[in-house]
Amino acid sequence: MIAATATIVPAEEGTRIRWADLAPFIALAAIVLFGALVNDNFVSSANLINVVTRSAFVAIIAVGATFVISSGGLDLSVGSMMAFVTGIMIMAMNHLVPSFGDWAIPMGAGVALVVGVMCGLLNGLIVTIGRIEPFIVTLGTMGIFRAFITFLTDGGSLPIDRSLREAYRPVYFGSLFGIPYPVLITFVVVMLGAFLLYKTKYGRRLTSAGSNVEVARFSGVNVSGVRTVAYVIQGVCVAVAAICYVPRLGAATPTTGQLWELQVITAVVIGGTLLRGGRGRIGGTVAGALILEVIANVMVLSDMVSEYLVAAVQGTIIIIAMLAHRFTANR
Amino acid sequence: MKSMKKKACLLLSTAALILALPLGSAHAENSKVTIAVSIPAATHGWTGGVVYHAEQAEKELEAAFPNVDVVLSTASSATAQVSALEDLSASRKLDALVILPFTSEELTGPVEQIKQKGTFISVVDRGLTDPNVQDLYVAGDNIAVGANTAHWLADKLGGEGKIVVLRGIPTVIDDERIKGFSDVISKTKIEILDIQYANWNQDEAFKLMQDYLAKYPEIDAVWANDDDMLLGVLEAIDNAGRKDIKYALGGNGMKQIIEMVKAKDERTPISTPYPPSMIKSAMYMTAAQFNGQAPVRGSFLLGAPLITPENADQFYFPDSPF
Repeated sequence: MIAATATIVPAEEGTRIRWADLAPFIALAAIVLFGALVNDNFVSSANLINVVTRSAFVAIIAVGATFVISSGGLDLSVGSMMAFVTGIMIMAMNHLVPSFGDWAIPMGAGVALVVGVMCGLLNGLIVTIGRIEPFIVTLGTMGIFRAFITFLTDGGSLPIDRSLREAYRPVYFGSLFGIPYPVLITFVVVMLGAFLLYKTKYGRRLTSAGSNVEVARFSGVNVSGVRTVAYVIQGVCVAVAAICYVPRLGAATPTTGQLWELQVITAVVIGGTLLRGGRGRIGGTVAGALILEVIANVMVLSDMVSEYLVAAVQGTIIIIAMLAHRFTANR
Repeated sequence: MKSMKKKACLLLSTAALILALPLGSAHAENSKVTIAVSIPAATHGWTGGVVYHAEQAEKELEAAFPNVDVVLSTASSATAQVSALEDLSASRKLDALVILPFTSEELTGPVEQIKQKGTFISVVDRGLTDPNVQDLYVAGDNIAVGANTAHWLADKLGGEGKIVVLRGIPTVIDDERIKGFSDVISKTKIEILDIQYANWNQDEAFKLMQDYLAKYPEIDAVWANDDDMLLGVLEAIDNAGRKDIKYALGGNGMKQIIEMVKAKDERTPISTPYPPSMIKSAMYMTAAQFNGQAPVRGSFLLGAPLITPENADQFYFPDSPF
């Protein structure tokens, strides 16, 4: 057990890894610097707060994805799951508001967490007990959750009750000491995630299950259990993101969270987590989520690129960032 | 064993025949007309509206004309729609097909094959690459959606000002709207500060509008080209607390926006229809072809009159998802 959990890192190896860890933050700094040079408005506090607040959803979901991916799994269903949880939560709140008033909000949030846990558990159990490739399982549930939200909304939109709208708005638009709530919530999620991944037995078992299943199994790690819990953590993160998301536009639609799974996976990988498992970087994941959102923002603020080519430039920047990462990692 | 099975089969088929006889004789004089309707599945607001109105029209037509049988089929992609067409035409003879094609290129061949069996073809919204295939074409006028909004805006702004535009998904529909709009605007002194894609998505429109607001300290008006996106835009403007934006306009006639128009909202006083109910127009006209022989062959282009507080009721469907 001790052999499996303790990691012995030589001193010089330590400094080398440190460089690689910093790569996503350096990339983020470079893009921010570029943005500041391109347009003065970029560094205005209003714009920076907008961008950081927006990236909260992808960042929160990506913290969960860091667990799933470093355990050697993958979850493609997060975007659809977010939309589905959002839909159920809005329906629960609208249903509860006549009898409970504003208390419907925390109750609805509780419902969201339960639904998130169930969805994550479903993914996890099919992957581990059913022994099916996570790619296929979550591709399946992605379609299922998306169909459910389309069904719940009849293809239109499912708005939150008007009386709750005002009371709920501050969760996205409000702030504490000038820091918007979604950013604070992200911070809490990141801290909890980092603690769980780096400081607990569970975290070390998870990484060992991701890096080498056989070795982990011989060391007495319950690989299936550890992986299932990773999907449940993902479900909880999706629910937390949904709780922050609803007050923004106050509605769920069939396009809610569309393609977020790709943004989430990109954020995780840019952040230095290995897609094949065995290494998770929570801080890097958050930097990755910020990078994606900042690139999109800089693209709009700069006039350099035709609107037809924006996506191409975004893709190129991501690939360059990854190449830079690889370059620094091999030094 | 074998003979018993045979006997059972015989018994069943006789029973079926006896049961079917009275039904058959009742409709013997005016034989059933089958109208198949193939539309995209409800994957966003507008197609959700199409499905809703098609279902309404199905009920109303079958009630009005007992000899008409409407068969509704939704598909989630162009390939699925081709398969659905094969399934629809394989099992029965179709008297008419009303289709809102996913894409023009992929659906032209399959629809042509159905036409060769003598089926009346009504095409809605997106035209096929070979217009000879269709007997009836019903569509909205995307150029007019853009142009009418632009005329109204130019008039209200007095022919000058600074505006931003949000585009949808790169498609012919989006191109036509933007062309209709910018052709009119280019004849005025109004300057289009920026134009970017937000994919007809509320979230992306919200983000894009936040970025526009950060980039430009002074904006007179915004055109979102779609009411779904307009909802995201309005949220971004309200939260930035910006008072410089006099008009925020969309298009399509979504019910939430029509409600704003009815309430005489100062910032969004109008919308322009590109109604999903056009599927209903096409189904009614197709049914007319078989009842009373009212001639309907040809092209029918729905106008895009401005939706104002005075006429908003005509465009308001409170039960529709869109």
